[in-house]
Amino acid sequence: MTTELVGMHMSDGIVNAPVSLGFGVVAILGLAVCVARARRDLDDRTAPLAGLVAAFVFAVQMLNFPVLPGVSGHLLGGALTAILVGPYVGALCVAIVLVLQALLFADGGLSALGTNITNMALIGTFVGFAVAVAMRPLARRSRAGLLLTAFVAAWVNTVVASMGFVVEYALGGQGLALGTVFGLMAGFHALIGIGEGIITALTVGAVAAVRPDLVYLLRGQRSELTLRTAAVR
Amino acid sequence: MSTATTNRRYAGFLGAFLLVALLLAGGASYLASSSPDGLDAVTQTGCSETDAGLQGQCIAQNAGEHPAAGSPFADYAVGGDEAFTGVAGVIGVIATLAVAGALFWLLRRRSGP
Repeated sequence: MTTELVGMHMSDGIVNAPVSLGFGVVAILGLAVCVARARRDLDDRTAPLAGLVAAFVFAVQMLNFPVLPGVSGHLLGGALTAILVGPYVGALCVAIVLVLQALLFADGGLSALGTNITNMALIGTFVGFAVAVAMRPLARRSRAGLLLTAFVAAWVNTVVASMGFVVEYALGGQGLALGTVFGLMAGFHALIGIGEGIITALTVGAVAAVRPDLVYLLRGQRSELTLRTAAVR
Repeated sequence: MSTATTNRRYAGFLGAFLLVALLLAGGASYLASSSPDGLDAVTQTGCSETDAGLQGQCIAQNAGEHPAAGSPFADYAVGGDEAFTGVAGVIGVIATLAVAGALFWLLRRRSGP
């Protein structure tokens, strides 16, 4: 086994086969719902943007940043994609990145795809989006509010996604005391979440500066009402 | 503002977005930390790395060889050469854009008749 670990994500065998399979089913069901609901959020304008958001997440996931001596972190991308293109399309963006990383770059196991998709694409994206929606009034009020919303949503998405691993490890892993795994995962990801928050705030802030109309979180009901009025006329 | 101008501006925005992704994956990736990430650091806790592999007791010892370890782009290198990490990154960005872009284009609501 190679000790050179460039990246990220669980490898095969970290949790046992039944648990890997179980979360494979969870991931497939979750992504099926996302495919069904994503249609509503995709049109001629947003579909190309969503493809680019996925490519952007792939690029930024390569950029491991140091958080402690000997420990690094990288973007997961849940809150970032959810804020820009919505949670259903966003979860698909992250899932596509994870599948390509596993198939092309041997990063993250194949039997571990279910757990990795559950943690980073499903939990991370929907938790990040829930936080962003809760803070949406603040995000609409000012630029600082939007940046703070992006930062907090991203920090929470990182920490909660890492707790997904702790649950999977509790169900089907071995080698280290569960309490230690919990403490280390929470501690490391509280730090990694700061990096995730900064990257997410910078990215959302940059898009909002030039094209606020493209930021999914800022659209919501108001633009739907406007569209409806225009259609009636 | 005419539709043509709007479309041109939107294409410009998308092009700039792609350029940033390509520069990050193709250039900035060389600056990335090579330390294990948070999850890998946890799974390696209790082990030390030696030439013979991981010594001690840790979660990572349960990990198997990756089925795609023989992929030409394994570990974001090209044929095992990490001097080409940027090339692997650019290929990854284009592959992701192709797969995600195609899926989202197929799923989209068709506009108008």
